[in-house]
Amino acid sequence: MAVFPRTLRKPLAAVALLAVLAGCQATPQAELRGTGDLGVVVERATGSLAVVDTSHHRILDRVEGLGDLSHASVKFSRDARYAFVFGRDGGLSRVDLLSGEITHRVMQSGNSIGGAISQDGSLVAVANYEPGGVKVFDSETLEAVAEIPATYRDENGEVQRSKVVGLVDAPGNRFVYSLFEAGEIHMLDMREGAPDVTRFREIGEAPYDALIGPNGRYYIAGLFGEDGLALLDLWHPEAGVQRILPDYGRGEERLPVYKMPHLEGWAMAGDEAWLPAVGRHEVLLADSDDWSLVERIAVHGQPIFVMSRPDERQVWVNFAHPDNNVVQVIDTESREIVATLEPGEAVLHMEFTPRGEQVWISARDSDRVVVYDTHTLEEVTRLDSESPSGIFFTDRAHRIGL
Amino acid sequence: MPFPTRLVLLVICWLPMAALADGSLSAEREQELETLLYQDCGSCHGMTLRGGLGPALPKSRMNAYSREGLAALILNGVAGTAMPGWAGLLSQEEARWLADHLQNDNPLDE
Repeated sequence: MAVFPRTLRKPLAAVALLAVLAGCQATPQAELRGTGDLGVVVERATGSLAVVDTSHHRILDRVEGLGDLSHASVKFSRDARYAFVFGRDGGLSRVDLLSGEITHRVMQSGNSIGGAISQDGSLVAVANYEPGGVKVFDSETLEAVAEIPATYRDENGEVQRSKVVGLVDAPGNRFVYSLFEAGEIHMLDMREGAPDVTRFREIGEAPYDALIGPNGRYYIAGLFGEDGLALLDLWHPEAGVQRILPDYGRGEERLPVYKMPHLEGWAMAGDEAWLPAVGRHEVLLADSDDWSLVERIAVHGQPIFVMSRPDERQVWVNFAHPDNNVVQVIDTESREIVATLEPGEAVLHMEFTPRGEQVWISARDSDRVVVYDTHTLEEVTRLDSESPSGIFFTDRAHRIGL
Repeated sequence: MPFPTRLVLLVICWLPMAALADGSLSAEREQELETLLYQDCGSCHGMTLRGGLGPALPKSRMNAYSREGLAALILNGVAGTAMPGWAGLLSQEEARWLADHLQNDNPLDE
């Protein structure tokens, strides 16, 4: 055996180790295939991710070791091969869908709520509750690129940090997000490399979630503390934030809201926006030109997600506890409920296949994912999954705001 | 019908419930309440009770209240916050069970 000088031993050992690791990576654990029909199901109780094949309704792999996945969300790299998993415990993981491996993982905060990937795919931003702010990472290495504390002055003039919610990507390598305690919307521009933040103050009390429309023009934040929604037109940020849909909210009765509706799933169909009422058993229909309320449609319970089928002919709705065993389907033309389905107990999320011929629905307390044909409204199949919550398909990789 | 059946049933069911007070929830219902606590309350307070948009619910914080006080908070909610009153969905006894669980069987022992 050759004797290496002492100074070389460690590097050589490292090289040997790398060779072994490289050997592992090269092992064709996965078949040669595309990722366009893949997706993931978050299994929140076990902290795992099921990698699924939507063409053959199969679970290909199960990825474990992702931490606390309650309320976890997922974004995809622009090559649709890697999933970025944002855990509640501040963990950010990058998962290879083909090999089922966690390629990178960082614990980047104490408590986080989701993230976004930049337009060019190079940056991943995470919204943090504790400590309140946004962190930006290189999407290939998860190395830290920027940290932007969400600071504001409270009524006593003291500097405080706010929880960050409703973080989305916007065209021009920008990110937009809202500050829960501060009542502000911030726009983070990463085009020049260094972060440049524009603040919009006094946008309303307690923004709790937000969405960006499919063309990346309108950023809309829901307000917990008052009725109405805050809208920022990203084509004209100089115009500031305006208030829309003044009747949107809990109203004077201040109804108990058992679960806040999600805004991300808001359906835009034609010139109309379909949105979940807060607390009321209604889906609201608004004109997306002038944001006036067009109609209230009575539904089974307090709506959580209101999502349009990609062809916009149907809107699918799920509900808060205790009506969360039901999903309703609304025909967008007649505005009538055409089906009331019961996929299982505690329906948390729905995800359409890229062109919408099928929809996957998670039923947390029935430990299953149910797949429906969206034309016949018949069940196609069901897959076993422990406490499934969010379902995310890779076509999101190529859509603004998702 | 001269007498509403539902009312009779309600009265019949209510009496032993009230008399028994604690320990009369079925094991199945207790399991449902536990699921509700970690999964549904968990949407705001975190599945590990470490907090989210809502505050963390560690054992110490939960024991700053009396059991009855905590049960009342669950049933009535906290005005001015996102915490709804659960009285429409939970009975007094069920709220008391949740309060007891948070004070004594809380996994977040801080």
